Amino acid sequence: MSQRCIELEILRYDPEQDDSPHFQVYAVPYHDDWVVLDAINYVKEELDPTVSYRWSCHMAVCGSCGMVVDGEPVLACHKFLRDCSNRIRIEPLQNFPVERDLVVVMDDFMDKLGSVKPYVIPKEEKDIEDGEYLQTPAELSSFKQYTACINCLLCYSACPQYALNSSFVGPAALALAHRYNLDTRDVGRSARADVVASNSGIWECSFVGACSEVCPKAVDPAAAIQQTKIASTVDYFLDFLTPWKRT
Amino acid sequence: MTRRPYKAEFPALSWWLRQPRYIRYMLREMSALFLGIYVLVLIAGLYCLSLGKPVYEQFLTVAEGPVGLTFAVITMFFAVYHTYTWFKVTPKAMPLTLRGQRLPGAVIIAAHWLIFALLSAAVWLLVSS
Amino acid sequence: MARSHKPVIWGLFAAGGTVAAFLAPVLILISCLAVPLGLLPPEILSYERLLELLQNPISRLVVFAVLVLIIWHAAHRLRITAHDVGMSSDSLVMIACYGTAAAGTLLAMLALFSPV
Repeated sequence: MSQRCIELEILRYDPEQDDSPHFQVYAVPYHDDWVVLDAINYVKEELDPTVSYRWSCHMAVCGSCGMVVDGEPVLACHKFLRDCSNRIRIEPLQNFPVERDLVVVMDDFMDKLGSVKPYVIPKEEKDIEDGEYLQTPAELSSFKQYTACINCLLCYSACPQYALNSSFVGPAALALAHRYNLDTRDVGRSARADVVASNSGIWECSFVGACSEVCPKAVDPAAAIQQTKIASTVDYFLDFLTPWKRT
Repeated sequence: MTRRPYKAEFPALSWWLRQPRYIRYMLREMSALFLGIYVLVLIAGLYCLSLGKPVYEQFLTVAEGPVGLTFAVITMFFAVYHTYTWFKVTPKAMPLTLRGQRLPGAVIIAAHWLIFALLSAAVWLLVSS
Repeated sequence: MARSHKPVIWGLFAAGGTVAAFLAPVLILISCLAVPLGLLPPEILSYERLLELLQNPISRLVVFAVLVLIIWHAAHRLRITAHDVGMSSDSLVMIACYGTAAAGTLLAMLALFSPV
């Protein structure tokens, strides 16, 4: 029985030689249980060691292998060859500068992540001797889904608002801010609002919803942002009506 | 090693044609155009009403013509699509918990459609009685 | 960065969108389609009938609120759409969209609340 072959059309860009990216086609043996990452690894190991890409865990928890496969942002380790066509187009994540081949520059996201203060800001700092911050299972479940983000950036790739305006804080960062705003141990919503409730924060979002559709961990950043819009609107009018109780 | 990151161009006019989900988004946004024009026409009609019977009846003749009717059918489609998409995202914007369990989105959406049906019936009865 | 003033317009947008979602279909049905479809007699839209319906100041207020909320919802959404297709001058778009909504609001006020 002859080995079925499929083709990978991989975007190549060498900053030292190329003016702009171009596609290179590789023939790869088809295996029923392979994912796109396996096929790319085959290219790297057997056909062309110069192909550059990020990957690590191969099980959709590290968030490294985000790329655009046949137009859709996916984790390469999560997309089975059997769910693709015979000629698979593989490109780097959209809306980020391309460093080389399938590797993008993530710096903008890293800045934005830091800017939303993604850590618990407690009402009072407790010493270790005073024990843990207590939280009921119900309180945990209220924000647990927003803790699942693996920073894979598929949502930024899918978001047209981020494409149109790169100052947009973006889905993952805003979902993480929401995670901390909902955490009962945290009182930092006001501190985060200067970024989150700014014109480049939640208000740049028009609820396209593509971010939640492509998220491999069901974080639902679109929901996080809409909930934050409502909370911020309430805060805004409360600030207006009772300015002495600044939210 | 030289770093020279490549920034791809983003087609602002046609990006939404690339995927069905973006086309659906644009369709949803377009509903606002038709709803807006419809409401403006209604306001114009009410203004004509305030100017007296002859002016109002002129308005009715134009509004009930073939162009008006076509526009109304298209607007109805967009209005229902707006309702459908608005209800669909409500559970995301306002998640509800009942006795420790998150209410399924489908329940919230179904409740909205029920209220929609009741309100529509109430308005219909109010106007037609 | 500072907190935005967007909540003002977004509050209007959300309220108008909710009103439109619940009431626009039946409004369109009654005002434009019921008579041609034979579901309601043409008298329902007659001058006398409408004056009768709008006699009560409460009903005029409700009609005003519904129409004005929907128009501001539509104006804001169209402003966003203009941005979505790459129109860079947000100020011009704002004037066009919110200006039209303001004009419609004014016209609605004149239509419903000026002494007949």
